[in-house]
Amino acid sequence: MTVTDTPFAGGIVGEARLRKEDPALLTGEAKFIDDLDLPGALWVACVRSPHAHARIDGVDTSGALAVDGVVAAYSGEDLADTWVAPLPCAWPVTDDMKNPSHFPVAQGKANYAGDIVAVVVATSRYAAADGLEGVVVDYEPLDAVVSVEDAESDRVVIHEDLGTNVSYEWPLIPDPEGVDAAFEAATHHITETYVHQRLIPAPMEPRGVAVVPAPHNGDMTLYSSTQIPHVLKVMAALTLGVPEQKLRVIAPSVGGGFGCKLNVYAEEILCMALAQRHGVPVRWTESRTEAAGSTIQGRAQRQTIELAADADGKLTAVRATLLADMGAYLQLVAPGVPLLGAFLYHGLYDVPLYAFTCKSVFTNLTPTDAYRGAGRPEATYAIERGMDALAVAVGVGADEIRSRNFIPTEKFPYDSPAGLVFDSGNYQPALDRAKELIGWDARMAEQAERRAAGSTTHLGLGISTYVEMCGLAPSRVLASLNYGAGGWESATVRILPTCKVQVVTGATPHGQGHETCWSMIVADRLGVDPDDVEVLHSDTAISPLGMDTYGSRSLSVGGTAIWMATEKVVEKAATIAAHMLEANPEDLELMGGVFSVKGSPDAEVPLAGVAFAAFTAHDLPDGVEPNLQAQVTWDPPNFTFPFGAHIAVVEIDEVTGAVDLVDYAACDDCGNQINPMIVEGQIQGGIVQGVAQALWEEAVYDEDGQCRSANLADYLVPSAAECIDMKLDHTVTPSPTNPMGVKGIGEAGTIASTPAVMNAVVDALRPLGVTGMAMPASPMTVRRAIEAAGGGAS
Amino acid sequence: MIPAAVGYVRADSAQAAVAALGEHGDEAKLLAGGQSLIPLMRLRLARPSMLVDVGRADDLRGISIDGDAVSIGALTSHSDLEHSADLVAACPLLAHVASQVGDPAVRHRGTLGGSLAHADPASDLPAAVLALGGTLVATGSGGSREIAATDFFTGFLESALAVDEVLTGVRVPVSTGGWSYQKFNRRAQDWAIVGVAVAEGGAGVSLVNMGSTPLRASAVEAAVAGGAGAADAAAVAVDGTEPPSDNNADPAYREHLVRVLTERALVAAGA
Repeated sequence: MTVTDTPFAGGIVGEARLRKEDPALLTGEAKFIDDLDLPGALWVACVRSPHAHARIDGVDTSGALAVDGVVAAYSGEDLADTWVAPLPCAWPVTDDMKNPSHFPVAQGKANYAGDIVAVVVATSRYAAADGLEGVVVDYEPLDAVVSVEDAESDRVVIHEDLGTNVSYEWPLIPDPEGVDAAFEAATHHITETYVHQRLIPAPMEPRGVAVVPAPHNGDMTLYSSTQIPHVLKVMAALTLGVPEQKLRVIAPSVGGGFGCKLNVYAEEILCMALAQRHGVPVRWTESRTEAAGSTIQGRAQRQTIELAADADGKLTAVRATLLADMGAYLQLVAPGVPLLGAFLYHGLYDVPLYAFTCKSVFTNLTPTDAYRGAGRPEATYAIERGMDALAVAVGVGADEIRSRNFIPTEKFPYDSPAGLVFDSGNYQPALDRAKELIGWDARMAEQAERRAAGSTTHLGLGISTYVEMCGLAPSRVLASLNYGAGGWESATVRILPTCKVQVVTGATPHGQGHETCWSMIVADRLGVDPDDVEVLHSDTAISPLGMDTYGSRSLSVGGTAIWMATEKVVEKAATIAAHMLEANPEDLELMGGVFSVKGSPDAEVPLAGVAFAAFTAHDLPDGVEPNLQAQVTWDPPNFTFPFGAHIAVVEIDEVTGAVDLVDYAACDDCGNQINPMIVEGQIQGGIVQGVAQALWEEAVYDEDGQCRSANLADYLVPSAAECIDMKLDHTVTPSPTNPMGVKGIGEAGTIASTPAVMNAVVDALRPLGVTGMAMPASPMTVRRAIEAAGGGAS
Repeated sequence: MIPAAVGYVRADSAQAAVAALGEHGDEAKLLAGGQSLIPLMRLRLARPSMLVDVGRADDLRGISIDGDAVSIGALTSHSDLEHSADLVAACPLLAHVASQVGDPAVRHRGTLGGSLAHADPASDLPAAVLALGGTLVATGSGGSREIAATDFFTGFLESALAVDEVLTGVRVPVSTGGWSYQKFNRRAQDWAIVGVAVAEGGAGVSLVNMGSTPLRASAVEAAVAGGAGAADAAAVAVDGTEPPSDNNADPAYREHLVRVLTERALVAAGA
């Protein structure tokens, strides 16, 4: 396949078209889990451990059974025979990884506040909630392990049968002696330690499950607010022993996920088991408070990064050491999350030597797992904060230190020291453009003026340049990382007799705009109206093959499959058209929905005519099957590597410690863009989510493992009022990995923005002697840092 | 979250509300805008057995100005306070503070009387009424009585209202002297981590979220009355406070903030 800069000639791809999805979403026509009308359904409510760590000495459900409307109540012991296998962890990153048994309802011990210890089934949601209060659990509270350091010490071993709280250690050190030698020879040796606080994903729609059984033939339909109906089908079949062919999984409209719905949850398996047991539909809708403790959380790791550099600040080696918090159990892909960043702790810098080690531990806290960016925000944060520290040590600007170390454009495809091949990149222009957008020189001058005038309102500028690996992923690479599944994606393109088009995708949208983008790709090639292309998805009976949506994979993997299926359909249509025109298929071209013979403008047949001919099959060429349909499963040869430069400007009131984000610019490069409006939306939302980690969001736990931020008054998700206008632009460096030249963009904003803001915060306060800052940079945290540095007006 | 079972009765006038409270006693709660009560019920932290909904008691709504007094019905929404041209002219502090409560959805449903009767030390409007030296009007089975704002807040989420009394109105003086409201928070929609309201150039000063009740900063007022400058007056802002501790601020940081914000408020108010 030849890659050209713009493989699109139809005039549709590249347009900022409004999203097809939005009218239904904005008018309330879209149906989410809780909108499903399921007559006769029983409601499930979960009794959750209030203790982070406690022995369960008894569960008395009799009080619940006495509540009007309660049909049944079960303890973990009551359901113990229901499970064929524990809840799945699909990413055993090492052969000796420790993985504790994890069942939908805990037996014997609760290992985090939120662990399900009993379940109530009732005829209404209200009765189920009343029933919860009737369940009496006899707990024997145990010491809770809350910090990764305490976990690592094995002071208290959470899962006694494992003998330790350490789940695994995963090293990536291609040349240990080389790295040591580089650090010994280095002029500058920077060592920085950072902590990524736990984050609560908080999508607009919490989770929800509904299961409709057909008891007499064994069919079962599982509705879930999930990102992964296809993966869930396989895992649910394995966990519950349901024959896979009898199981249909549907993700209805899904109100966001950010990774937290890339999982197989206790409630999904539990509702299936209860539907089987009771023979009627069963449903559960998560409350916001439940979500804070029972849906996976993100980040949660301590990281130490060391940089070796020569006198000019040119990097000679990078070494990263992580201590990651898995929470109480291993959820679906949790062990692999640090590994998704493991290859990127040298960022987009040309470094010959590299070392990475991750140790992951269990704590008595909510399990962690993938959260928007998953490993790559952590890596980018470490290297980008570290580069600012290096710039200070060398005595050059934050922009200059980066420019000196960027991988030169002529080195692409770039063999990274961690063993990856970066597909394409051109980093300096992105930084130049971001500086231009923010007015770098003027801002620097303003900062200098304020400092000279002794202002107590400090201006800080923070740069973050990034590269990330996304578009999960080549199945062979995933195999080398011990991942339990492949990384392909499937697509079917079907031209109907009336020349309308159906596209079936295995990618599962939950807010991304797949319907809009996929129809643009197909319409651009076929020369039809995008509104005449219907995209079918998220139902395993309609779209049986798929690997779903995460890791910024939908376009570069799923979209490519659609592009290829479209090409295949066009090829077949051309064969039929050539037969109709009595021409050679090679001489035909399809433009504007019409096949014509090159050089003979009068000889043409519209695609509509070909579609109908394929349908009637009255006169098809020999050996050509009726109908226009093609199916493709695409397994990419590599990840894609989007990149960019972000710059944040903050003002800090040194008296109160309040940080105000006043300006933001970003220049991102995701290769060719299908719909620039959707790209911009992904970047804006991603930036805000990353800024939120820097300034607002933190799952706060006390020493007993109790979450002190379990509602949206205490967990500070930013609102529109906290957002500012951003100055966004892009460069275009197509990926050679796929025929459309596209790269993922769903996570880039989140990956880049956190370190940009934190670098700006530290930059603002450097004259006061502040050299580091914990996240989130709350007013109290900032003020304390200023006081600790001995500065600050009062 | 799902609230526990609760009875419901509508009371479309102050008299009807008083009668309903008399009938159901201390197991009943008045429901006005519901912006504090409903979340507490959904978390099952509040479990009244009967709700007396006064949401349509139109005789409790409205703003009127008579000479140097502003009378406001207890059911007047924050949004109505914020957008009343008469109130902006007669008592800009109160209109401004109303505009700082929560978000627009909260301000459209939340009511002045509901906010005062809830007596949350972190709420904005109690501080404004305290700084203005307002008077609250309570109506019970024996008729109406007036309670000075300084006597109204008796404890954490507790007020001087009797079980069968309805807060029906609030009176504040016309107040166009120097004023300021310094609300310090991390998101626009949040409660104040610390807030300081100043009326009439420092004659009235009150504090938000610095103790178990909304507080009048008497020491600051006395310092201003005695001719102290803003910095000196603010230095005593901590007197009589018992600042709470939460994720956003520990007591020491709140004490620092209240001094800073008091000075800024006094300066802005021209003290």
